[in-house]
Amino acid sequence: MTIVKHRLFWPSVILVALLVVNIFTANQFITVRDGHLFGVLPDILRGSAPLLLVALGMTLVIATGGIDLSVGAVMAISGAVACLLIKDLSNQNSVGSVLLIMAIAIGASLVLGLWNGTLVAVVGIQPIIATLILMVAGRGVAQLVTDGQIINVQSSPYATIATGHFLAVPVAFLIAIAAVVLTVLLTRRTALGLLLESVGGSPTASRLAGIRSRRITIMVYVVSGGLAGLAGLIYSANIKSADSISAGNLIELDAILAVVIGGTALIGGRFSIAGTVIGAILIQALQVTVVAVGVPSKATLLFKAVIVVALCLSQSATFRQKVFGRFRPSRPAVPAEVPA
Amino acid sequence: MTTIDATPATNKSPSPTNPRRRVYLPHTKYIPILATLTLLLIMYFTGVANYENFGQPSVVVNLFRDNAVLIVVAVGMTFVIITGGIDLSVGAVISMTTTLTATLLQAGWPPLVVLPTVLLLGSLLGMGMGAVIHYFKVEPFIATLAGLFLARGIALFINQSSIPIRDKLWKALSEYRIVLADGVVTKITSVTAVVVVLIAAAVLAWTRFGRNVYAIGGNADSALLMGLPVGRTKIAVYTLSGFCAALGGVLFSINSTSGWALQGQGLELDAIAACVIGGVLLTGGSGYVFGSLLGVMVYGLIQTIITFQGDLNAAWTRIIVGLLLFGFIVLQRVVTRRAR
Repeated sequence: MTIVKHRLFWPSVILVALLVVNIFTANQFITVRDGHLFGVLPDILRGSAPLLLVALGMTLVIATGGIDLSVGAVMAISGAVACLLIKDLSNQNSVGSVLLIMAIAIGASLVLGLWNGTLVAVVGIQPIIATLILMVAGRGVAQLVTDGQIINVQSSPYATIATGHFLAVPVAFLIAIAAVVLTVLLTRRTALGLLLESVGGSPTASRLAGIRSRRITIMVYVVSGGLAGLAGLIYSANIKSADSISAGNLIELDAILAVVIGGTALIGGRFSIAGTVIGAILIQALQVTVVAVGVPSKATLLFKAVIVVALCLSQSATFRQKVFGRFRPSRPAVPAEVPA
Repeated sequence: MTTIDATPATNKSPSPTNPRRRVYLPHTKYIPILATLTLLLIMYFTGVANYENFGQPSVVVNLFRDNAVLIVVAVGMTFVIITGGIDLSVGAVISMTTTLTATLLQAGWPPLVVLPTVLLLGSLLGMGMGAVIHYFKVEPFIATLAGLFLARGIALFINQSSIPIRDKLWKALSEYRIVLADGVVTKITSVTAVVVVLIAAAVLAWTRFGRNVYAIGGNADSALLMGLPVGRTKIAVYTLSGFCAALGGVLFSINSTSGWALQGQGLELDAIAACVIGGVLLTGGSGYVFGSLLGVMVYGLIQTIITFQGDLNAAWTRIIVGLLLFGFIVLQRVVTRRAR
């Protein structure tokens, strides 16, 4: 009874259902080839890394009651900066230089996050508008960096972060999971998570209680910018080029969707990182499944919409009560089985 | 709304050194909209001073022609935002409407049947989202995001490529010119937009429905306890926004005499930004239709300035739009903060 009522129950059910569909439709769900994991499941995990990173940052921003629309633009800028610098290297395969360049790109993303945070916390602009500015201008900056071209790079260390394997597991997924674990430790093993939630609950009340709410607000946007930058690196490493138009296009909506599927309320004040992880993987699994089950390309979005509508409704306690409540008028011990 | 009426007398004690200041202080609730108007005029006259032919009346008239769709959509969005909600589906509803209109007209449906059909469909989609938001307590952001996927999914399912409209009525409407003065002509679309603004402003200001919208945005619980029809009003507001978006789609199809499933991408954010620039608070309960109109004018004027500048590439256009938006919002913030 209680497990059905858990807010992550229905998203998990849908995720498992999607994976089960893939077991039957894909010719290889998960196998070991050349010492690496291959198949649909590792593909889903690898592909979900950028969305997972972006959604992780978004979770923290939303926990403080804000929203970050600029993540897609930040992804484009970070990828553009990295590819531009790597292209000019004399030896594109030098691990040290590539790491340094990645650090520069993430540094740039942190600065962009700082800009967002300053607009929201210091100037006092509403988050959706403050980050909209960078969303519009940022893609222009990325186009300026790449000079409107698509920059191709041939760097094997750079490609590793997207397509490589470490201990048979995709590196991209490991990076994302490392970021998740670090965030969980920082927010749930220290007081930081509590402070975030209190700022989301009421910035004024938390300031009066002695919390530096302004500093915390700036910090979440900086973190969100940095994580979006990392996601941009993985995205551009995956296609071995910087595409300032399509990198991270509309990812902000998917990220917000992932966060909300995971049970974080948009009004702020509470957040669930585990929920965001499930949400992000679910969205990626959905995208893979749509192709795998042979839905024609013109219907993919419609299919996605139907699943999203089902998810939204399944998450609404009122909906479950109104629809499924009728099937069990006298509270039976075993909950009625409901097709997912 | 009504509570604010009592405040100005008390919150600003007249300073004894400069008693005249109080005379010129406008009503607090009008300050954001007046700030926008002032800044808009400053922007306009800067344009007049810097560019040849900017001062011609046709520039202002063309603002309405070029932004007719955005104006209509922003009007619907204003109602939604004042109730404290948000509607992300408008851009997708536009694409669905244009695609459907073009397809039905191509199939030989009489235009006078097509027009009500598509308007009804847009309203029904809005009503559905409103019902989901009200009855199942799904957050507006998510319910309308699902609506976005659904509407664009339907549009892509119908046809993925651009469909030309060869209908006589549509052609005639598209080519019909209204002469306002010597050398100043406008199209039927801009007249429609102005009419929509006037009707909506009257409804919001002078009807019981308009009062209910403000009351719900101020505090939905209080509104419910007062016995106001909260559910009906909420659903009506989303229906209205869906209708406005569908009407925007019809205007789009008249303007371009074609339908395309990727039309209006990102338009929802433009509409939200226009409302916010016009002083509509995203937290709900405050704002005016004319404010949103001014917000759209700001957007349109930025585009006009870029057109007059002429020598900007795509990258710089985005950056300049972002910078102007930034400058505008920060100035507005400074002005309103000082006035309070």
